Amino acid sequence: MIEHAPVLVIALPIVGGALPLLFGLFADRLGWPIAAVTLLGQTVLAVALATTVVDGGAVSYVPGGFVAPYGIELVVDGLSAVVLVLIAAVSLGVLAYARRAGPHADSFYAQYLLLVAGLSGMTATGDVFNLYVFLEITGLAAYGLVASGRSASAAVAALKYLIVGTIGASLYLLGAGYLLAATGTLNMADLAGTLAEAGYDSTLVLTAFGLMIGGLAVKVALYPLHTWQPDAYADAHDTVSTLVAALVSTVAAYALARLLFSVFTVGFFDAVPIAQTALLTVAAVSIVAGSLLAVAQSDVQRMLAYSSVSQFGLVIAGFAVGTQAAIVGALVHLVGHAVMKGGLFAATGIVERRTGARRLAEYAGLGERAPVTAAGIAVLLFAMVGVPPAVGFVGKWYIVVGAVEAGTWSLVVVLLASTLLTLAYFARLFERMYFTAPPSASTTDATPVPDGGNGREAVSTGMVAVVVAAALLAVVLGGTAPLVEQIVEQTVSTFPHP
Amino acid sequence: MIDTFLTHYNYYAVVALLGIGVYMLVESSNLVKKVIGMNVFQTGIFLFFVTAAYRSGAGPAVVHEGGGPYVSPLPHVLILTAIVVGVSLTAVALALIVRIYAEYGTLDEEVLRELDHD
Repeated sequence: MIEHAPVLVIALPIVGGALPLLFGLFADRLGWPIAAVTLLGQTVLAVALATTVVDGGAVSYVPGGFVAPYGIELVVDGLSAVVLVLIAAVSLGVLAYARRAGPHADSFYAQYLLLVAGLSGMTATGDVFNLYVFLEITGLAAYGLVASGRSASAAVAALKYLIVGTIGASLYLLGAGYLLAATGTLNMADLAGTLAEAGYDSTLVLTAFGLMIGGLAVKVALYPLHTWQPDAYADAHDTVSTLVAALVSTVAAYALARLLFSVFTVGFFDAVPIAQTALLTVAAVSIVAGSLLAVAQSDVQRMLAYSSVSQFGLVIAGFAVGTQAAIVGALVHLVGHAVMKGGLFAATGIVERRTGARRLAEYAGLGERAPVTAAGIAVLLFAMVGVPPAVGFVGKWYIVVGAVEAGTWSLVVVLLASTLLTLAYFARLFERMYFTAPPSASTTDATPVPDGGNGREAVSTGMVAVVVAAALLAVVLGGTAPLVEQIVEQTVSTFPHP
Repeated sequence: MIDTFLTHYNYYAVVALLGIGVYMLVESSNLVKKVIGMNVFQTGIFLFFVTAAYRSGAGPAVVHEGGGPYVSPLPHVLILTAIVVGVSLTAVALALIVRIYAEYGTLDEEVLRELDHD
């Protein structure tokens, strides 16, 4: 059974995703239970797979008996196992949130599970073309989910996301074509060897690198390729923004790291230092520009969206530095950011349901009006800024240590400045919640509403519990850094310690 | 120059298709034309894969006595998959456009942007 786990983590949510529509013909409201059972199974599979991988090394699976490198290979090593567990756990958590928050349509749960399947496929695959297919499955599910938002503007946001996202994925496909022309293979493990033979500085390989990394950078939403992202996050349904903000860019960043370290390898950076400089520059610009745009926002969800642009700059910077500490930091921050940003979007959904607040000014006095949710937001904000011992601190610490080791001092400056910039936009939110009196206009509902009680729209205890769980995880996950360090040491060949 | 054109005209077609696709995507404010531009762009990529697989004098990859050399069938298979992906994307994009038109009564991106600001 366990030897089939690499394909089951993809097949299970696809099959599960077909069921809500099928059973929807006979009975109402079966979508949520079906999704819950599927995702519970998915979580069990992912955890079982992760324990196998951590104990016994990478697992490879060849569907259909077409032997690699000719057939498609699925590979789960420590790095992908971490991301698989993250996908399963976060999607299960967001499903708990969706029970009350909706949307309740059967088609929503079908797309939800399809998204999980696409993300798991991107994580488990060992073939660059297969990665493209899963990238598009993820994309299609995400476009549909974003369009299911509360107003027609969600459809406009989804179409923008679709067009920009498709161009990104198409550039990636073109890059894969260049790799195929240069080496004649698409298998990642095989490419690592054949690329070195083809010569890292050949025009074909360089173009392939630019196209593939550029395409994935669109999906990660690095500045200036982030234009689809704030609209998609802000106009989508709260459940959808929580799921998409937590996972979609995260897995795209994972795929980018997978390309860097399993396909191009650090040998490529050694041979073509300009590629590393270019990636570092894009990441650094993304950190600064994302933060500045976030400071300028008055809508809380848009601020969180621009904050993601900045935080993914950090993650990609960590990967691009390429020393072991930096990669550990990038991976910790990748996982930590998924939990923190997911929790924050879930919390803004609760706040809007209870008080109708969407804008920063309307968050005034939230500490009294919704104490538990506000406390959750505060913990998540400080975790994101990087207050020890939260996961945000641990991730940034390792990235900075890695950058110092590599001697990229200008990046160190940007990284330290990014903490201040993050503080700049999150401190405004914190100040509004706790140190500003509620506006007089809202005195009608200034009486504190107990968390889990009836506000303007129903908010269940489960929804608040998801935020609290995310806040707790954001503090506790920092302790997993040694495990991540061990995983990275086993799976990724990095630049040597200086 | 003429020589490379005569032997590599497919690649010129690839570049032309990619360029036309991106230009339509960026320049047209009509949402349907943007989707058409997206399709043209993808067609350029499909042509690139199929052209890269071409080998003069080679036969289809049905192995038989004295049959070589063979064309690699892999790029064609990849492109079949990519075409399916492209069709699904177009379908979703058109469905979204139908919803946008039903709501706003326009397909013009500029008008949509103004409506959004009001």
